[in-house]
Amino acid sequence: MWDWSYAAEILPGLLKAFRNTIGAALAGFGLAVVIGLVLAMFARSRWGPVRWVIRSIVEFIRSTPLLVQLFFLYYSLPMLTPLSFSAFATGVLGLGLHYGTYLSEVYRSGIEAVPRGQWEAAKALNLSRVKTWFSVILPQAIPPVIPMMGNYLIVIVKETPTLSAITLVEVLLSAKNTASITYRVFEPYTIAGILFLLLSLVLSFGVSRMEKIMKRRYAG
Amino acid sequence: MNQQLAEPSAAEKPERPVADAKAPPLVQYEQVTKRYGELEVIKGIDLTLQPGEKLALIGPSGSGKTTLGRMLATLEKPTSGRILVEGESLWEMRMPSGKTVPANDRHLRRLRGNIGMVFQHFNLFPHMSVIDNVTLAPRSVLGLSKEEAHERAVTMLGKVGLDSKLSEFPSRLSGGQKQRVAIARALVMQPKVMVFDEVTSALDPELVGEVLAVMKEIARDSDMAMMLITHEMDFARDIADRVVFGAEGRIVEQGTPADIFGQPRSERLRSFLSRFG
Repeated sequence: MWDWSYAAEILPGLLKAFRNTIGAALAGFGLAVVIGLVLAMFARSRWGPVRWVIRSIVEFIRSTPLLVQLFFLYYSLPMLTPLSFSAFATGVLGLGLHYGTYLSEVYRSGIEAVPRGQWEAAKALNLSRVKTWFSVILPQAIPPVIPMMGNYLIVIVKETPTLSAITLVEVLLSAKNTASITYRVFEPYTIAGILFLLLSLVLSFGVSRMEKIMKRRYAG
Repeated sequence: MNQQLAEPSAAEKPERPVADAKAPPLVQYEQVTKRYGELEVIKGIDLTLQPGEKLALIGPSGSGKTTLGRMLATLEKPTSGRILVEGESLWEMRMPSGKTVPANDRHLRRLRGNIGMVFQHFNLFPHMSVIDNVTLAPRSVLGLSKEEAHERAVTMLGKVGLDSKLSEFPSRLSGGQKQRVAIARALVMQPKVMVFDEVTSALDPELVGEVLAVMKEIARDSDMAMMLITHEMDFARDIADRVVFGAEGRIVEQGTPADIFGQPRSERLRSFLSRFG
């Protein structure tokens, strides 16, 4: 059944593709962290129209599948606009936008947990909006939700095979390609699965460490 | 129901210079109302505060006194009426054409620079040390250098007796210490008027004294106007130039501490005071 020499033969190719998986996941997550923060902050704008636009964007992105968004960014956008990105860049952008909307909700829960008195004290001290956000609110809002954000990183890692639909050769597509040449499916898919498992375990470990650190810091 | 304003009496407090009654008012509430949905908590208040004047607001809970203070600190917007600070309306700007338009952020921030507030629940920034709490606004709002802000903050923390706790975090302070830091944090901005919103109400009884002592000292030494929203009658009697008694969103009675506590005129005030022995 399991052929060790075959597994060893295909492993380097799969690992190379796995680098794409990790790269796209990390870059996508990084972008989502930024987009999520921007969305969460503008969702609290004093201007009604701004809040409405942000809410619509979030709602729209969250209620359409990532795959559809990727197709749109990769195939339709270059037809509609002069913009055209590589498969990798499109994948990162798609993951960033899609999970940015989810992360904006994570930020929101952190921001809403900051007592109103903190906003009021900042106002009474006449701090600017920007100073209030970056010196008073976010330093209190973000640390408690870092573990939740970490969970989304794991979700994003597991979502990267979707990027194969826009021809990004991540680990699962690489496994599939390998299988279609050799007609041996067992080893490539198993190795791909194990790689995902290992990465998720490492990240879960990181997240739970983070959780413990945050609990200790915010217990008292 | 609204009474004419009593002039602050100079005879009451000979130990320190008293508010100049002839100076233009520092703060002026004009027919101010505040409504939350169906509930009208402030029902047309006229009230002035002279520069340096120490005004105590007393009254039963729900009388609207906290709302009155919060409106001055721009934390609440009046439903109608105006609040003027040094003759300028908080929530409206006069354009060169003479038209008044809703205030923008710049206008509010400029006027808010005259106003400080100390809260019932301190609202210290928990992620910052004592010294960072006190230097944040001087550095970022007044543009002081790190050294200047530090020096000013240490002086102020010395005044409230906490200059030994500079690098402590709020979570390691007692309630009384927290409130004294909050007072220093507000004072360091050198506002012309400071709202003290029931600053001892959230404290354990044995910690009230230290905060009141600090505030008495401030009242004695500083020419800042103070709006003291308080349930501490002895404290109001000791440091106020003028006491305003409000109930159900209106001013019922006002006068010198001697008048208000010695010869209450209205039944409402008499029954309120009787509860404080």
